Amino acid sequence: MDSIILRTAARYLMPIFLLFSVIILLRGHNAPGGGFIGGLLAAGAFVFYAIAHGVAEASRKLLIAPYTLIAIGLLVAFGSSIRSFFNDQPFMSSEWSVLNMPWLGKLPIGTPLVFDAGVYLVVIGVTTTIVFSLAEE
Amino acid sequence: MGIITSILSVFVLALFAPVLYRIGRGATGWIAAMLPLGLAAYFSSLIPQVRSGEIMTESFRWIPSLGINLSFYLDGLSLLFALLISSIGALILIYAGRYLSGHPCLGRFYLYILMFMASMLGVVLADNLITLFVFWELTSLSSYFLIGFEHDRHESRAAALQALLVTGIGGLALLAGFILLGQAGDCLELSNLLNSGDAIRNHQLYVPILLLVLAGAFTKSAQVPFHFWLPSAMEAPTPVSAYLHSATMVKAGIYLLARLSPVLGGTDLWLYSLTTAGATTMVVGAYMAIQQSDLKLILAYSTVSVLGILTMLLGLGTELAIKAAMVFLVGHVLYKAALFLVAGAVDHETGMRDVNRLGGLWRVMPITAIAAGLAALSMSGFPPFFGFIGKELFYEAGLTAQSAAHLLTGVSMLTGMLLFAAAGMAGILPFIGRKNTLPKKPDEPTASLWLGPVLLAGSGLACGVAPGLVDTSLIAPAVSAIIGHPVPVKLALWHGLNPVLAIGAITVAGGLGLFAVRSKLIKVLSQLSNVVVLSPTHLYKQSLDGLMAIASLQTRIIQSGYQRYYLLIIFTVTTALVLYALISLGGLHGPVNLSNIQFYEAGLAALILMGALLSILTNSRLTAVAALGVVGYSVALIYIIHGAPDLANTQILIETLTVILFVLVVYHLPNFSKLSSVTVRIRDALISLFAGGTMTALVLKATNVQFHPTISSYFAENSVPLAHGRNIVNVILVDFRALDTLGEITVLAVAGIGVYALLKLKLKPKGV
Repeated sequence: MDSIILRTAARYLMPIFLLFSVIILLRGHNAPGGGFIGGLLAAGAFVFYAIAHGVAEASRKLLIAPYTLIAIGLLVAFGSSIRSFFNDQPFMSSEWSVLNMPWLGKLPIGTPLVFDAGVYLVVIGVTTTIVFSLAEE
Repeated sequence: MGIITSILSVFVLALFAPVLYRIGRGATGWIAAMLPLGLAAYFSSLIPQVRSGEIMTESFRWIPSLGINLSFYLDGLSLLFALLISSIGALILIYAGRYLSGHPCLGRFYLYILMFMASMLGVVLADNLITLFVFWELTSLSSYFLIGFEHDRHESRAAALQALLVTGIGGLALLAGFILLGQAGDCLELSNLLNSGDAIRNHQLYVPILLLVLAGAFTKSAQVPFHFWLPSAMEAPTPVSAYLHSATMVKAGIYLLARLSPVLGGTDLWLYSLTTAGATTMVVGAYMAIQQSDLKLILAYSTVSVLGILTMLLGLGTELAIKAAMVFLVGHVLYKAALFLVAGAVDHETGMRDVNRLGGLWRVMPITAIAAGLAALSMSGFPPFFGFIGKELFYEAGLTAQSAAHLLTGVSMLTGMLLFAAAGMAGILPFIGRKNTLPKKPDEPTASLWLGPVLLAGSGLACGVAPGLVDTSLIAPAVSAIIGHPVPVKLALWHGLNPVLAIGAITVAGGLGLFAVRSKLIKVLSQLSNVVVLSPTHLYKQSLDGLMAIASLQTRIIQSGYQRYYLLIIFTVTTALVLYALISLGGLHGPVNLSNIQFYEAGLAALILMGALLSILTNSRLTAVAALGVVGYSVALIYIIHGAPDLANTQILIETLTVILFVLVVYHLPNFSKLSSVTVRIRDALISLFAGGTMTALVLKATNVQFHPTISSYFAENSVPLAHGRNIVNVILVDFRALDTLGEITVLAVAGIGVYALLKLKLKPKGV
């Protein structure tokens, strides 16, 4: 699909999409959202970019190979459980601590958020793996 | 901390063994042996404490809610086995480093054998039954790798699989037995169960528990009729055979029987099942042993026989019998390991193991010959070797047994004669007589190869001359642990002129006779054994073949490879089952409340219906996809109306991605055409109507029925206080049910990699 409008739109929309997906991921614990939806949105951004600019360009924007992203995501998700292991807690017990952020106020950070980030990465990885493989055919 | 550290250290060394081999090369065996040597020293340092009756326990939480702990227990029995495993293991490592030097997979070998050693230590030191079971299965698994070490040979792989299947099935029975035992004793810790033997023996589950545990122990310790895997396991490299047969694998079953005898022993069922199985095994094993001409096979079958003897003695359960069992066990470990290592050295030097063709080796391999001779004399029960003391006690235990003492003594004597002849064939024959032409010119092997046999055979002699070395320090605590109260053990070579000595003398005479006429005897026996067709090996092969036939048959039927049939089966079976449940539980009766449906809901329903209809009626793929999109987005709207924004979000994103995926795929699809006939289409329509109708009925019913108290209120109440989140859906996903999510993303990842592999895989056309 060779359209200058689509290309330009994709170039400007992708960062917005990605930013939005991160917001969805971060706010997911308290409002609709989370790693799965955020991941789908982010993947959508890359797919959109791939339709406009081709898979090769989109892969370059992704920086990491999609299947590597799957592995990293799984590791992050699994890694979030390590604290519970060393604290002699049942597997995957959550741990929370509150960060005092300038301007933003108090930000609770916990292992579920790390876990969700892992889900986010896996979803991006899987979706882009499938779409890019199909599109390259 | 000491016990778990000792086990873990071996596991860790196992992990790093391949790396160690890259650095250490030829010296790796010696380096790796330092750890088990250190462990042996550590265990020896515990002897004084254990001797004074102290029991060491260690426990770590694992799954406390199920009573499963990573707990360890060390008393006299565990200590004896742990010492044998670590010290023999060290010798085996040194030996294997030389025996297998230059083997391309030697690094991996160290990994396997150390893993095996660690698992074996785990078995004998575990307190919790489940912990014990895990280590038990680890020994099966690591011995699978060891037996199949020469994995490019078909026989190796078959033997490894055979061992794994037989001991694995036994292991499953054992797990069931352990779980029942845990129920009967209301606890999974051995340290507790050992004190509640009476309660368990009177429990209604006693008989199933005993039978299941025996299935596990008998398969592991190669009792008839499960004995056939053990000689096949001779496909393993000789150091492995030496280790498996002397101190470890097959002794695990013996250990288990000994360990559990305070809990399960003492009943008639125990007595008869163990003595019958044991006596049969000891005769069959010894009888098979003298028919072999392969050094390793002779030793393997004689191991089977000894395992039978040990089982029988544990079954008798008297103080004398237990004493005899422990002494015999130690004696057997010493001479059997030595003889196996000698067999390996002979094989290594001459390139063959046929006792009928080997001869005169003592001239070229004097050190090995001396070790072999000492070990063989111990095995045949000559004084002043430790084997002699064991044999005396064995006969004495048989003579004083309450039931069928004469029969047992007779059978024992026969076994003793056969084993005597076997010992001569394996340990003496290759070294005496004329020299034959051999595949390789033999030479005295290096120290790594004779050190083990010399030390082991020497210990057999030393313990025989001075039984005080082991009786109070090792044997007595082990016997006390099995019997349940302190038992003094005083061993001596000379008991005076008594019936036992006479029986021993008759055995020696008979054994000498058998040894003299062995070639004629073997000829007769081999003709006899041709008559027996229904051997366990045969049965094993038949059942394996049958299993494969059934597997391929059901694969042909169920896994046709056509997606349309899969879908057909899934939909019809699922809906039929749902419908059956609905009807049989009276779910289809009663009015369905349709009064509170809003007009926009009805509108959406109509939209969904139209979309679905259009998608099956259209002749264009794109139209069909767009129509399905209408269905999907309408469903998402319904989610929003009913307050599930997360679901709606996901639904919309998935719908969008599906359309994109389809657009990518559509180029590759062939032209649209109607492939199915009218009848097939009618059939499909009926099935889909049936499935859809059933699911609709189910959903309508489900919304009106509440079987169980809802769990959503729990999540709603605890979401913020426990998980710091107000979005219940997300809290469930990442906190309350995070393990499920972890599983799901793993499945997702596997699916993604699968798609990638399928698309990137360029299959070569056939015949090119």
